[in-house]
Amino acid sequence: MEIEKKNDNSIINIRDLVFEYTREEDDGVVCAVDHVSIEVPRGSFTSIIGRNGSGKSTLAKNVNALLLPSGGSIIVDGYDTADESVLWEVRRRVGMVFQNPDNQLVSAVVEDDVAFGPENLGIPPDEIRTRIKDALNAVDMYEHRKMAPHLLSGGQKQRVAIAGVIAMRPAIIIFDEPTAMLDPQGRGEVMNILEKLHADGITVVLITHFMEETIGSDRIIIMDRGEIALDGTPREVFENTAEIEALGLRLPFAVEIAARLRARGVFVPQGLLSMRELADDLVARKEGAR
Amino acid sequence: MIRDITLGQYYPGYSVIHKLDPRMKIIVTMFYIASLFIIEDFYGYVLIVLAVAAITAVSRVPVRFMLRGLKPVMIIILFTFVLNMLMTPGTILWQWKFIKITEEGLYNAVYLALRLILLIIGSSLLTLTTKPMKLTDGIESLLKPFKKLGLPAHELAMMMTIALRFIPTLLEETDKIMKAQQARGADFESGGLLKRAKALIPLLVPLFVGAFRIAQELAMAMEARCYRGGEGRTKLNALKFRRRDAVAVLLTAAYIGILIAERVLL
Repeated sequence: MEIEKKNDNSIINIRDLVFEYTREEDDGVVCAVDHVSIEVPRGSFTSIIGRNGSGKSTLAKNVNALLLPSGGSIIVDGYDTADESVLWEVRRRVGMVFQNPDNQLVSAVVEDDVAFGPENLGIPPDEIRTRIKDALNAVDMYEHRKMAPHLLSGGQKQRVAIAGVIAMRPAIIIFDEPTAMLDPQGRGEVMNILEKLHADGITVVLITHFMEETIGSDRIIIMDRGEIALDGTPREVFENTAEIEALGLRLPFAVEIAARLRARGVFVPQGLLSMRELADDLVARKEGAR
Repeated sequence: MIRDITLGQYYPGYSVIHKLDPRMKIIVTMFYIASLFIIEDFYGYVLIVLAVAAITAVSRVPVRFMLRGLKPVMIIILFTFVLNMLMTPGTILWQWKFIKITEEGLYNAVYLALRLILLIIGSSLLTLTTKPMKLTDGIESLLKPFKKLGLPAHELAMMMTIALRFIPTLLEETDKIMKAQQARGADFESGGLLKRAKALIPLLVPLFVGAFRIAQELAMAMEARCYRGGEGRTKLNALKFRRRDAVAVLLTAAYIGILIAERVLL
């Protein structure tokens, strides 16, 4: 279990990961993740995107040792996920937020649910109390601490789930399609919290299929059929408009409009990712031409 | 409508009775139930009724809530009452053909019915003044000594906690499936008992499948949050035995003492 450091700055080190499982219908072997290597720098914000069955969720569950690699290895903060003696060291460093807000809350009272993780870590009650307060304040749910989860909205439940993870003080939080079951308002709330956590120095990995949500990340990895199809900063990745569409994914709205304007002969520079940037650029250009 | 359901029959309040250690309340309730079988005569019942009335007054739970618990068992109480009245041999008070009421029978019937009523009211005092979560904690803590005998105390408590959490979720799920089936012409309301029972099958199958899916997802989420059973786990709200609990123990001891004295001396 000695720390093996290739790159001091990377906190997740996925090396040549293979994950295979047996399909139940016909006992055929499916390769969900096929020789993937990724290094995630400490404190970064990485988005992993891909259509259903691209292997993105499987990849995430491997990082937290919920699934173990069939081949290759994952080192999290120096701990090998395949080494059972350090399983809890891995899991306390990697928090996970899942898609369905209902099915990840354990307790019938919000604050008891946030306490669940720290209780499992054996933290003394007094400290748990301060952690609950900090975590619920971070997601703006402190005044709901005595409520029953089933009385909250989807976005609020997801925020409680995030608080439950924050209270464990992980170095990394993996969000596995956290907004897939939420309405637009809940989606916005969750994304705001995610950005705030990143700003606070937590390494964030976001698994999603909403392109819009990846714009703020440091790096986008597009997965397809268990392999990395594209990898780079948002600007770099979104230049490959044709390729992204061929992968069955939608471009961010602004990028798509820019591409269509270009197709009609309007000059729009590359690398405008949000509607605001695009609008500002077009207005400036129009005023410059006058 | 499903959102409004209350779990158990907890009556929220801030009385001393509400604040007592749940372990203590469970034990006191057990002593109370035992005490119902110590007494044999009228004065004993008076003492118990006074004690229950006093605790109810302190707990500030409205009397109608206390009586509500009696409704489902009313038939059983009436049945035992009538049976005891008619079947006990002794001095005949009243007779019509083969039906006769004896003096002993009347006494027996009244006392037994009173015993049952006091039993129900006393134990509902426990559930009315204790949150289900606290009750669970109390049971876990009391069962701990039996762990050595292989009793999974922590697991049982965790199961109860999760059950409490997911009852509303499963009710919502049921509601959803029912509406989906009704939209496709399913009929849950008309027809005889057998027909209605049959109509429930297409409801139960997806509900079970859904419950298993939820269980699987929840188990994964719990593992991701470092859950590994009761070993090395701390508790946010550790149960603490306070002065008020000690006072309650003394009062219970005094109560049992008086009842025994009453039976021996009178």
